[in-house]
Amino acid sequence: MITRHRFRKITNAVMLTLTGLCALVAVGAMLAILGFLVWKGAGSLNWDFFTKLPAPVGEPGGGMANAIVGTGKLLLIASLIGLPIGFLSGVYLSEFGGRPMSFLIRYVTDLLSGVPSIVIGIFAYAMVVVPMKSFSTLAGGFALGVMMIPIAVRGTEESLRTVPPNLREASVALGASRTTTILRVVIPAAFRGILTAMMLALARVAGETAPLLFTAFGNNDWSPGWTHPIASLPVMIYNYAISPFRDWHRQAWAAGLVLLVLVLLTNIAARLLFMGRAAEAER
Amino acid sequence: MATAAHPAAPQVRSHAHPPGFFRSFRNRLRKLIGTDWLGYVLSLVAAVLILAITTALVWQLWTQSALSRAKFGWGFLVGRTWSPLFEHLGALPFIYGTVVTSVIALLIAVPLGLGAAIFLAELAPPRASSWLAFLIDLLAAVPSVIYGLLGIFVMVPFLRQVVDPALKRTLGFLPLFQGPIYGVGLLAGGLVLAIMVVPFIISVSREVLLAVPRDQREGALALGATRWEATWGAVVPFARTGIYGSIFLALARALGETMAITMVIGNDPKIRASLFAPGASIAAVLANEFVEATTPTYISALIELGLVLFCLTIVLNGLARLLILATSRRGGAPA
Repeated sequence: MITRHRFRKITNAVMLTLTGLCALVAVGAMLAILGFLVWKGAGSLNWDFFTKLPAPVGEPGGGMANAIVGTGKLLLIASLIGLPIGFLSGVYLSEFGGRPMSFLIRYVTDLLSGVPSIVIGIFAYAMVVVPMKSFSTLAGGFALGVMMIPIAVRGTEESLRTVPPNLREASVALGASRTTTILRVVIPAAFRGILTAMMLALARVAGETAPLLFTAFGNNDWSPGWTHPIASLPVMIYNYAISPFRDWHRQAWAAGLVLLVLVLLTNIAARLLFMGRAAEAER
Repeated sequence: MATAAHPAAPQVRSHAHPPGFFRSFRNRLRKLIGTDWLGYVLSLVAAVLILAITTALVWQLWTQSALSRAKFGWGFLVGRTWSPLFEHLGALPFIYGTVVTSVIALLIAVPLGLGAAIFLAELAPPRASSWLAFLIDLLAAVPSVIYGLLGIFVMVPFLRQVVDPALKRTLGFLPLFQGPIYGVGLLAGGLVLAIMVVPFIISVSREVLLAVPRDQREGALALGATRWEATWGAVVPFARTGIYGSIFLALARALGETMAITMVIGNDPKIRASLFAPGASIAAVLANEFVEATTPTYISALIELGLVLFCLTIVLNGLARLLILATSRRGGAPA
């Protein structure tokens, strides 16, 4: 009897310790990723990285100014496509949707969010690159924009749903139209949550590489206008990392650090904003 | 609801009365916002656009792969050779690579993720738990190409010098761990995927575990179970469906993951038993060859691979959502 009891106690201790170890490994992985990028990337970061164009093959030095601007331009187009569609659809689902239509839209949005990013790339290639006969900022932005839609829809809908129905009823009772009610009452009340969702959507696509490979393609120079191939940080990291040149590897680390910091900061800011809202609601 | 022409409208064109133009514009806008239908129509248009985009996506994948489907038929899925030059195109090497790397990833990520989720939900103090969960959620936000970067320069050398030789020495009698060691290969791909999908398993499992009613825990403890027995025997089974859901979600992620795996898998479309051997996955071949594909059949075959990947992930995601929904309903119901 006593040995059985001891066996159970030992099993208990061993298994609980193991779960702790699992958590430690997962958190350790996060810290290791950050550590490696800071260690390898920080040394390669310098002013040139932010201000100069990539150097020709074989020449050391140069920077990724064009890729930084390129990522900005791509994200601008993506936001112009993804955020309005996502936001308005979220409004539809929360404020207007009838049963069958809402079910359909939700189902399709879930489906879209599960599509692998490389398949979104093929889609953008077929929709934009083939008709325009050229890789372009527009095509890359379109691919990223499509990826933003599901995140924006879900975030908007969820935040709007937290607004209590009596606010809407009060507004309508005062004679406001439904459009006015949504614009002046519902959206301001859910503003932080919506902003959080938009920022998360942006952070999610900022680091995407696969959908850009055959839409935005890449460019070693500045990309004028919106209809030419354009460089972006993630694609640059990929191309430089698989190249055989030591100096390019160095720059890939630097670009990785910049991208990671950008993505994580946006993420953390979005979450803090959201937590602030939760605290506000408690008061 | 036809917008009545505003009296000031004809003056709008003259430069002499810009304030009139703005006032009339503002009035018109105000009138529009005063209607019920404006919000409805705008938001409905956006919602229908999502439908249109998704339909276009499926339609493009289907029509653009028509050439390949007509030429190779169902045999495409079991064809073992991939030689674009002679237009002998079979998808099996890529399906094999995708499945093997995903299985390796799950074999590592499921125990690890479940263990961590149990620790976070059952043992860690709530405050520490939410901080750790926050850190782990950030892990899910790290871009895939950065995992690839770390994979190439940190993990692959480590595998080549330490892990692979050790595996060969101890488990070398299995065909899985034989043959030359390159560092890049199926094992490297699976390992990178494992780290990438762990955060998904942890965050979903943690949530379903936290949703298990207290009675379930307390009942088991009251019967004299140890902490571990209560967790493993009473709490985890209760959340089982949700945990399966998290695993399917992770699997769908792993199947569609592109950059990290492209960078470490070796990109050689052959089927080999050894996990040390380089392989290829569906997503990886798309990333590698799509831009260079020249003949219409070649492009069409690549798009058909995209279609296969699309179908696989859609089915898995659907299953995952159903399972998670089933548990959250049960957990939320009063016990």
